[in-house]
Amino acid sequence: MLKIDNLHVKLEDHDKQILKGLSLEVPAGQVHAIMGPNGSGKSTLSYVLSGRDGYEVTEGAASLDGQDLLEMEPEERAAAGLFLAFQYPVEIPGVGNMTFLRTAVNAQRKRRGEEEMSAGDFLKVVREKAKALKIDAEMLKRPVNVGFSGGEKKRNEILQMAMLEPRMCIMDETDSGLDVDAMRLVADGVNALRSPDRSFLVITHYQRLLDHIQPDVVHIMADGRIIRSGGPELALEVEKNGYGDLLTEAG
Amino acid sequence: MSDVAVKAKDAAPPAGGASKTADALAARLDVLTLPKGGFTAAARADALARLQAMGLPGPRDEYWRYTDPRAFNAPIPAPIPIEDKAPDSPLFIDLDAIRLIFVDGVFDAAESSDLSGEGLEIDLLSQADQSGSHWAADLYGVLETAGQTPVKRPFAALNTLAAAEGVLIRVTGKPSKPVHILHRRASAEADVTWHHVIRLEEGAELTLLETGMVGARSNGMIEADLAKGAKLHHIAAKRAGHQKLGFSATFARVAAEAQFKSFNLSVNGTLMRHEGVIEFVGDDAVAHIAAAVLGDGAKGPFHHDDTVFVTHGAERCESRQVFKKVLKNGAKGVFQGKILVKPGAQKTDGYQISQALLLDEDSQFLAKPELEIYADDVVCSHGSTTGALDETALFYLRSRGVPKERAIVLLVLSFLADALAEVEDEDLRSQINGRLEAWLTRRAKV
Repeated sequence: MLKIDNLHVKLEDHDKQILKGLSLEVPAGQVHAIMGPNGSGKSTLSYVLSGRDGYEVTEGAASLDGQDLLEMEPEERAAAGLFLAFQYPVEIPGVGNMTFLRTAVNAQRKRRGEEEMSAGDFLKVVREKAKALKIDAEMLKRPVNVGFSGGEKKRNEILQMAMLEPRMCIMDETDSGLDVDAMRLVADGVNALRSPDRSFLVITHYQRLLDHIQPDVVHIMADGRIIRSGGPELALEVEKNGYGDLLTEAG
Repeated sequence: MSDVAVKAKDAAPPAGGASKTADALAARLDVLTLPKGGFTAAARADALARLQAMGLPGPRDEYWRYTDPRAFNAPIPAPIPIEDKAPDSPLFIDLDAIRLIFVDGVFDAAESSDLSGEGLEIDLLSQADQSGSHWAADLYGVLETAGQTPVKRPFAALNTLAAAEGVLIRVTGKPSKPVHILHRRASAEADVTWHHVIRLEEGAELTLLETGMVGARSNGMIEADLAKGAKLHHIAAKRAGHQKLGFSATFARVAAEAQFKSFNLSVNGTLMRHEGVIEFVGDDAVAHIAAAVLGDGAKGPFHHDDTVFVTHGAERCESRQVFKKVLKNGAKGVFQGKILVKPGAQKTDGYQISQALLLDEDSQFLAKPELEIYADDVVCSHGSTTGALDETALFYLRSRGVPKERAIVLLVLSFLADALAEVEDEDLRSQINGRLEAWLTRRAKV
């Protein structure tokens, strides 16, 4: 599914190297977590994979189902099945949530050569999925993320994920700004979307999100590369001892 | 040439004495065919005197600092070819409304609705002016004259002097239908001047819509007088690619507890200037004026100027100015806005925002926001920003699969949303939004 090989990335306007030879594979159906101290390059990884401007890949490769991600525009990556759940979802006043969602769904369908979803079908599907995610129908009528609480914004991201049905979901510090109840709701949403065909890369600072989203593999990232990978117990070790020993061990 | 115009030629040069300016005014007046007689005669004579005193504006006038007025001064505008096929039908065309059609400024009775309506009287300026007296005689040119202080507005005076046509609407109730004035073009040379006078009696309400294509050059004016508790909502939306030179002015006098709301949608044109002059004369009144402008200089120069003056002369009144301009391909936008709070106008709530979204580095926005306050218990604020598209928002949309061109359209609509929110009626707002979206989508493909 997702394959990252020796990825080197620097900021476009600076010489600062952020990713320094990161390699990673996430097979179909698996949930991988990436943990690491601030500044280790976790968010940069999510942005580079999804095609945000401002970064320059100096070496390495990244592919999704064999398709070269780095050669694609952000919208092409989305249509190829990549989804990034933002740490801070953007507010877009004046654009209705439903309009945005339908535009996104049909744009992806069109790019993949599929038939666009009719207004009636879309409405039916979005209502069903919103209900399953405990999203108030009123929220769908409001402008994108405007006036939403932190929890509502994150649930809206999960709704988008549910509607777009991506193959690979990257979740960039989804737990930031969420209370325990909101985190559980978001985690429930993610768990509902788990399937043998869909993979997740969950970027998080804390182990607590992983209490609710059980990962198959946990990676520790520091200074732009993966320094250690292991099972869910690795997250517990970090929670207990911090990153100090791991960083020392990695040199 | 009319009698008035002959007098104009013989009159003394403008104060300040520049003979060049006097020559320009004489040349401008010389080609006008002015209406004669009627209830507007005195107002027209006064307007001529004012115009003679102030002269036509020049590029060095402070009030025209950001907009060169000389194209408005020319005696005759350059012809503007009429496109064979307009890409859009006029806005609000399917609405159940009292529709008044003007072709090159001339009323088309055959195409228009019956002028009678419950709770309102509608007359045409050209016809009513034949009579010796009319209710509009107390208003024609009156608000414009009052609005000449402290700033001189020569083109408004020219309008009062020269307008051959317009609509006179007196509202006594709450008509079930809006009045829709629809302009059409038939001639490439049309130089159209219209002057509407609107009087809303106590508690009356009216929605006034203005759409369509005007001439190669136009000078339009509304004088609106709102009595206690009246509500006037004016929505103007001129069509794309037309009205190459356009000056317009709105003068509103707002009495106690009355509400005046105006929204102006403008796309393209070579040189456009709209002046809004609003005065509160009674307590607890409201005035909201808003505009959404799309300027694309790809097919020629684009310059759009909104100049607003709101005078709070009563207590507890609320004014809002919301102006949004989207500019690209070298388009230029101007906003001059002032809130004047007179002594005694306590508890004034005045707010003014002007914002420009520049879609490239060639475009330009010039803003001059002003507050002048002589009362000590008020809440007044203003703000002006100029910026580019939000790259994070653009990426957010694209990361969901929305193509870049479409994402830009959505973000531009998002930027304009605050101005559009001033259109209260959901159906009208939705129609305007749809039209904006169509324009933006079409242009994104060019």
